[in-house]
Parts: sequence; structure tokens; C-alpha cells
Amino acid sequence: MSLNLDIIKEKLEAQFGDKILSWEEPYGMPTFTVQNDHNLKVLTFLFDEQGLGFQFLTDITGVHYPDRKGEEIAVVYHLHNLKENFRLRMKVYAPIEKPDVYTATGLFSGANWMERETYDFFGVNFIGHPDLRRVLNVDEMDYFPLRKEYPLEDQTRIDKDDEMFGR
Amino acid sequence: MVDQANINLPEGSIEKQTTTLNLGPTHPATHGVFQNILEMDGERIIKTESTVGYIHRAFEKLAERRPLYQITTLTDRLNYCSAPLNNMGWHMTCEKLLDVKTPKRVDYLRVIIMELSRITDHLICNSIVGVDTGAYTGFLYVMQYRELVYEIYEEVCGSRLTTNMGRIGGFERNFPDAAFRKLEKFLEEFPKVWKEFEGLFSRNRIFIERTKGTGAISAERALNYSFTGPNLRAAGIDYDVRVHSPYSSYEDFDFIIPVGTTGDNYDRFMVRNEEIWQSLSIIRQAYEKVQAFKGTDADVYHADAPEYYLPAKADVYTKMEALIYHFKIVMGETEIPAGEVYHSVEGGNGELGFYLISDGGRSPFRLHFRRPCFIYYQAYAEIVKDTMLSDAIITLSSLNLIAGEMDA
Repeated sequence: MSLNLDIIKEKLEAQFGDKILSWEEPYGMPTFTVQNDHNLKVLTFLFDEQGLGFQFLTDITGVHYPDRKGEEIAVVYHLHNLKENFRLRMKVYAPIEKPDVYTATGLFSGANWMERETYDFFGVNFIGHPDLRRVLNVDEMDYFPLRKEYPLEDQTRIDKDDEMFGR
Repeated sequence: MVDQANINLPEGSIEKQTTTLNLGPTHPATHGVFQNILEMDGERIIKTESTVGYIHRAFEKLAERRPLYQITTLTDRLNYCSAPLNNMGWHMTCEKLLDVKTPKRVDYLRVIIMELSRITDHLICNSIVGVDTGAYTGFLYVMQYRELVYEIYEEVCGSRLTTNMGRIGGFERNFPDAAFRKLEKFLEEFPKVWKEFEGLFSRNRIFIERTKGTGAISAERALNYSFTGPNLRAAGIDYDVRVHSPYSSYEDFDFIIPVGTTGDNYDRFMVRNEEIWQSLSIIRQAYEKVQAFKGTDADVYHADAPEYYLPAKADVYTKMEALIYHFKIVMGETEIPAGEVYHSVEGGNGELGFYLISDGGRSPFRLHFRRPCFIYYQAYAEIVKDTMLSDAIITLSSLNLIAGEMDA
């Protein structure tokens, strides 16, 4: 039996009902959104359930949407069923004041650094992560640089006077 | 044990004593700027703590201000051993978003370039494994052929290491004859040299004893750690993006995916070796296909996408539309369609993914690189636990860690 989107939809909706918030398919990649306290449950279900077997985690990353009130931070999971060669994208949204989602490190060892990176740049608090520290930035940093409120330096600024690096 | 009556140490402390060793950040054996703090019991590693991020350059943030074509230069600096591969991967991501269809000839030319850069990537990795096991000669011997590949790049795009090769929709110009001549030279001479290099190592007893059984990772663990590329295949999983989700007409080519069994350093070495042979075969097939284009078909080197592909200079001076498009592209004033796309290519180290979100502006709203190095490096601590320090160094080089790709 080959895997297709209808099977996945049916199984997920039978199991989680209205916790699955929406489905879309941008550029051919099936994408669904799930309520943010259910991310681990859905991942576990996709991992374990007979006939689904999304046991390969391609990527975890974050996105900051400053305009979406109450769900500013998105965490995006790319999953892959290698046997059936089926890719799936899962999203959870969390409010920026309390960006809590559950960690996937129990399922995927590889999620460890991916989540650390997402924490590092977006401040997503992965509940249950064994070692949630910054990974690429310096430990002393006190902000999350990929959030949109930290703009890149103005390219036209002229107030800089640095002999070595100034312009 | 020697009588230690005159040394006042607490009971049992000699047995429990461990040493902390800093491997890196700048150490000749680490091949890049990253640090491993090793907890050692004699020569045995008990615990490893890896620190990365020394050359983090915030590419994902920088990309949020740049028009698409300026991001190509950022991708060069990910895995700089196979920069054209990253460039092509990025162009294909853009083409997917912008719905640009590339002609077959462009696909084949890209395949040639991508496979050449896969060869240079594997060549560096394997010869460095040789250096770390004490054989320097092989490294210097094959390096001259990397040089030849770099000359081919030079003919194609003008630069060597950080190539910024190609454009959205194709190449900046047609491949000159000199590039093909050099490619022919490479195809003729390199196999002999690589055969010799292989002969130096693959049946060499010293090399086998240093690499066999060291740095092994099982298929289950490798999958769980999201390994991709040669490192995953060495553990026995035949996952290859070129076959699973073909891009750039890879479905037109006939090649096999080599797999290992144990996932140890020797298997990784052998998998990369075989991939070089497979890449050579792909290049030959692609070159044949490219040569089959005759007449005006042989001059096709880019897609017809005037909004994103720079017009010819002569047209810019004489045609209004061309001038407008030229200005809009160069100034980055082309609005890109809203949407999100994930595209991945089989990079030198595994699945190199680009996750691009556009909100309809002129530059990406968010761009994320899935860097295979970053993802599999976290397994290093587990792989080298309870092994000897000297094995850990070979493991480090046979995993092929590229600091540029790790830190992005």
C-alpha cells in the first residue's frame, strides 16, 4: 500500500480531530498546522502509527511573523518517510510572550541541535529539551537575533567612524 | 602499583583521575574552527562536548535583505569545498518559487558542474582521511586534479573557490570551448590518478587497521540523527536525493548508489570513493548529452525568464524592455511571488535543503538552510565515546565536517 495524502489526513483527523487546524499544499509539499500543545503527540503518532512511519526528521526551524497577534512564532518541521519517499511539513504557532512547544528529542536524536538553533535565533522554549543552550551565538547574548524586531544595520548610515572597518 | 606512601592522595583518586583536553578551536587536526572539549581517561575518550559557531555569519538574517541573486554569494560560503553545488541548489530553489522551467541543456550542464564539485568535495575528504592516517602523498597527488576542476570553474564563471556560478534560469554565459577541453582532459587523466590513489589506500593494511571498526554508527542511530549523504549511505541506507526527488533531470542518468554496511570510517571512505566513480560516469553521460545538441540548440544556456535573467548587454543599450529588466534585476526591485518552498539537493555532505518563505516582497521573508554538517556533527560525541583519541581525529575528518556549512 503506498502512502498518500488522503491516508495521512484521514488518520490524523481521526486521531486528533480539531487539533489539526489547517491543511495546505504550497508548491507541492503537504503542510498542516497543529495546535501548539499537540506537536509532540502528532509527531509521535506520525512516527509510530502503522502505515505512516515518518521516522526521518529533515529539519526544524522557526519563523517570526510579527503581524500575527498571538501566534508570532512558528516552528516548522520537515518530515520524511524514506521508505515511501513522502515529505510532510508540520507547523505549530506559539505566542511570542510564551513560545513553548514540546521537544522532539525523545523521538529524534537529531532534533537536539536543530532545536537549540531554533531556540538560539527565535527563543522558542522547547519543553523537556535536555540541553537547551545557545549553539551558534555567544552564550552571553540576551536577545534572539532572527526575530524581526532586530533589523539589519542601515546600509546608508554615516555616523560610523572606525578607522579599520568604518565607511 | 608502585609504592606511593610519600604522595598524599585521597583513596582511589589515581584511578578516577581524568584529563580534559581541548581539541580546537584552531588545531590542525580539526580541519576548521570548532572546539571539542574531551574528557579523557588516558587515551580513551569518556565524554565530548562540541562547541560550534566560531564562524557564524548570520546568512539567514542577511538573506532577508537581499534580492535572490545576491544570496548566491552566501551559499558559496556554506560548504566551500563544493561551492557550485550550493549555487545550483539555490538557483533551483528560486526557479521552483518563480516557476521558471530550465531547458534540458542547462540541466545537463548543471549536472556536469554539480558532479565535478561532488568529486572535489569527496576528493578532499578522502585524501584528508589519508593525511590523518599518516599518508600525505596521496593528498598532494590528487590535489592537482582539484586544481584542474577549479580551472574548469574558472573558464565557466571566472572564479575558483567561492564561485557564484550560474544565474536563476541557467548560466551567465555559454560554456566556452576551453571549459570542454579541460573537462575532456579531466575525464581522461583523473580516473588513472584516482585508481592509483585508491590502490594506495583501500587495500593498505595500515590504513585498514586504522579505519576499520573505528568511528562506526549503526543505520538506526544514523537515521535517528538525521544523517544524510555518504555518511548515511556508509551505514547502509540507500537514501540519495538525486534518486528520491530527482532535480535537474537526474532521472535521465544511469548510476548506482553505493552503500556500506557498518558505517565506520573505512566504509565512509569507500562509499565516497565509489561515488567519485559514479560521478565520473554521470559526467560522461551528461557530456554526451550536451554534445548531442546541435545548431541553435547548442547555444541554449539559460531559460527564457526575462524578469529574472539578465538580458544581453547589447539589448540593454538598444531595447527598452531589456533596459527596464536590467535595472529592475540589478537593483533588486523585482517582486517575487509569495509562497514557501523547500528544495533540496544532494550536496557533498548530504541533503542540502533550502527553505524559502516569501511574502511577496523583493527579498525572502525567511530563508533557512538545512546544513547536513550541522545536523550530523551532533552525533560526534556519541560516535567517539569510548574510543581512542587518534581514532576520534580520523572520525572527525571522515565525517567531512566543513565549518562553513556547520555555522552558516
